[in-house]
Amino acid sequence: MTTFAAARLVAAREVRMKLRDKTFIFSTVFFLFIAIASTVVPALIDGGATKVAVTDRAAASALQSQGFEVTAVPDDAAAERLVRDGTVEAAVVAGPRVLAMDETPSDVVEALSVAPPVQLLNPSAVNPFLKFVVPFALAFLFFITSFTFGMQIAQSVTEEKQTRIVEILVSSIPVRALLAGKVAAMTLLAFGQIALVTLVSFVGMQVADVDTAVISQVGPAIGWFLPFFVLGFVMLATLWAGVGALAARQEDIAGASTPLQMVVMLPFFAVLFLTDNEPVMRILSYVPFSAPIAMPVRIFNGETAVWEPVASLLLLAISAAVFLGIGARIYEGSLLRTNGRTSFATAWRSRSTV
Amino acid sequence: MLSVDAVSRSFGDRQVLKDVSFQVGAGRMTGFVGANGAGKTTTMRIMLGVLGADSGEVRWQDRPLTPAIRQRFGYMPEERGLYPKMTVADQIVYLGRLHGMTATAARRSTDALLERLSLTDRGGDLVEKLSLGNQQRVQIAAALVHDPEVLVLDEPFSGLDPLAVDVVVSVLRDRAAAGAPVLFSSHQLDVVERLCDDLVIIADGTIRAAGSRQQLRADHASPRFRIEVDTDAGWLRDQPGVALIDLDGASAVFDLASDADDQEVLRAALARGAVRAFGPVSPSLTEIFREVNQ
Repeated sequence: MTTFAAARLVAAREVRMKLRDKTFIFSTVFFLFIAIASTVVPALIDGGATKVAVTDRAAASALQSQGFEVTAVPDDAAAERLVRDGTVEAAVVAGPRVLAMDETPSDVVEALSVAPPVQLLNPSAVNPFLKFVVPFALAFLFFITSFTFGMQIAQSVTEEKQTRIVEILVSSIPVRALLAGKVAAMTLLAFGQIALVTLVSFVGMQVADVDTAVISQVGPAIGWFLPFFVLGFVMLATLWAGVGALAARQEDIAGASTPLQMVVMLPFFAVLFLTDNEPVMRILSYVPFSAPIAMPVRIFNGETAVWEPVASLLLLAISAAVFLGIGARIYEGSLLRTNGRTSFATAWRSRSTV
Repeated sequence: MLSVDAVSRSFGDRQVLKDVSFQVGAGRMTGFVGANGAGKTTTMRIMLGVLGADSGEVRWQDRPLTPAIRQRFGYMPEERGLYPKMTVADQIVYLGRLHGMTATAARRSTDALLERLSLTDRGGDLVEKLSLGNQQRVQIAAALVHDPEVLVLDEPFSGLDPLAVDVVVSVLRDRAAAGAPVLFSSHQLDVVERLCDDLVIIADGTIRAAGSRQQLRADHASPRFRIEVDTDAGWLRDQPGVALIDLDGASAVFDLASDADDQEVLRAALARGAVRAFGPVSPSLTEIFREVNQ
């Protein structure tokens, strides 16, 4: 049997077990829920035309033509009654005056006023709400998936060590096949989860009738995010597997993985807090650990030249290959040391001869 | 034939195997015995390629082992392990497939093994729900599922109840009868004695004795005899050439000097009355084991 065939068997088992795992199902449902909530719900709350009671026939037709839901009332007293009992949000009475309960209905006021023409000399390309949400969502997605899936990789490696089945596995297939199968399975599942969440978000935006301009603005950033995600994830996944092999028991994982946790966490916070700092973001978008988050954010903000994502992706691919080697070596060097935690240095030196 | 050829291995400064060589013949049940820490597990791990040898090699049919050849080996490690959250049948099928079986073949073999090991109705249970004894049977199935050409089993009987030992023994005998070399280690010397055709004894990382059971017995047999008469056997004390080992009324065990004749002793006994039993005593495995360990 080839290493590839063996890796495929290992991956198939991992995927099967994971799909039966309640934690995995729950986290997927949770992400989908968030995706739906953050795309559909605001549109729903926001949706529906403002209801206005109007006495004046001319004003009524003017408001109606601008999409308000107009209720014609005979006099000011009737209009005020409707506002007070909540049937309408605002009323336009003689004067013209606008009645409302506790908040100025700016959309109604705007509709009735004549605004001077405005010319922005440096218009922001991005809607301010999206400008905050998109970087946050990308950073959060990458952080949370690489963290939770990474932990699960480490746990599944440690489980095999702790239950000692690893000796049977290693006597039947190459160690590399075991590692590759595990990493491939987790990458597939993580990517599947992300793709599903992305898809649902897009469908949600369509259903909620979000401006197509917004979708086309978010599109390229997400399109680039996916390849960055896959490479970034694979790079980290192998390291997580190495960390899992260093630990002999589940209790050791937290300690053994602390440096790696930092490597996952720091880029997340850096991108989150320094989104507006262009020089820093430029650097972050090339550092392999933060590139999967920082580069899509820069693309979204329209700060990148055409070649930049390509260069950064290439750099990420190279470092992923390097870290794949390091992770694999740690994994191989410590997998069969079942007595207690193995140090990084020991694992590095004592690669088994298999 | 599976042969271990001048294998040495150290962990740090400690040399655990020194120039270890022995053979496991096709169709032979070979017992591998030694005290704790003598090097049994290390030897077996090297045979399976789980561990590397510092020098020497393991050969199967006169060819050095490759991963492809090892795929056809069945191995039961000393430290038992299965996926606790996987069902018994799924687990065995999975291990069969890792050895290169097709899904159908693995499933068929799993069903047959579970039947043989009386585990058929536990096939759908999670391994962690089984008793230790049953987990042990699953472990045996895991080593046998792919119909291995060679079996290497580290302490296959530890933790098994006597009934299960019989089942496992019969399964292993079948494998040997089909021509597979079977190497198994055990602390239970009585089991090894009952079971093995050949024997390899290791102590302090060196092979102290190896060969067929009969050969080893003959090699280590001192000229020892047992006699049973009707009256008191105390007269043996004065018989020339006899060194009494044990005297219990009418029966006795004694060693005979190399120039003495056993028939002489028998005639002397017959002269005193009826003789119920007389014959040489072959050493038990335990005795041989003690002797080579000294």
